[in-house]
Amino acid sequence: MPSKEEVFEKVREALVDALGVDDDEVTPKATLVGDLGAESIDFLDIVFRLEKSFDIKIPRGELFPEDILTNTDYVTDGKINAEGLTELKKRMPFADLSKFEENPVVQEFATSLTVQDMCNYVESKV
Amino acid sequence: MRWFWIDRFTELVSGETATAIKTISLSEEHLHDHFSGIPTMPNSLILEGMAQTAGMLVSQYNAFKERVILAKVPRLVFHCRGVPGDTLTYHAQLEAIEESGARAITTSHIGDRLQAEAEILFAHIDRETAHRPLFAGEDFGDLLRSLRIFEVGRNPDGSKLSYPEHLLSQASP
Repeated sequence: MPSKEEVFEKVREALVDALGVDDDEVTPKATLVGDLGAESIDFLDIVFRLEKSFDIKIPRGELFPEDILTNTDYVTDGKINAEGLTELKKRMPFADLSKFEENPVVQEFATSLTVQDMCNYVESKV
Repeated sequence: MRWFWIDRFTELVSGETATAIKTISLSEEHLHDHFSGIPTMPNSLILEGMAQTAGMLVSQYNAFKERVILAKVPRLVFHCRGVPGDTLTYHAQLEAIEESGARAITTSHIGDRLQAEAEILFAHIDRETAHRPLFAGEDFGDLLRSLRIFEVGRNPDGSKLSYPEHLLSQASP
């Protein structure tokens, strides 16, 4: 079982390789989209690198639940409703959704994911 | 105009590797301007050739039912030029393939000499447009046949690749 430091190191390496950012830009609080400039295709690249690095499988939608974000039962006027938030929390126990909860605009969801969220996710899988 | 940047496949093992060749000819029009007096195959077209080699390998894995597009090139290095008379041998190694896309490592050689290398990511086109053919009006089966995919293609156990049934109705008479 890798330690938290080992997980962070490997996640950082994956992000540096996929996003072309410097080592010191990858801090636990850094958001993938806002701070590190990740775009949608970069998530595919990151997933492949994490799968290889940790020898895990990351099923589509597990890290990034598109199905909840696009489900009309969970989304009202472009915002995730209470039901949707409950579902999100169930599906993403590794993520800190407190900031997103304050203003749960669907479009902003991707921007709230941090490096620490990714590390927590990987730790839950190894 | 046909956007073929590989001439034929010489090897294909489903889900694993593929090799294709591209022979550079002085009669290719763009070489007269690229560059005037120094005909040089554009590196962008060499990348396209490597991507077509790997992309066909990815697409074949799902019997050409999934549409595959070039999405990201995390790494790309050119070591020397390709010039008229050279035969570029493109080799693709599939590293990962999933529902969302695939990752391949590709190389280009002139004889034994490494000419270029790339890491390429492909995305499977999303469900909404998946029912529309990428190459409208073209006989896709003929395209695959001229690339010799079914002549050289093998499954990992050594058995010949079978021609996909859903393409049979498109076969030329």
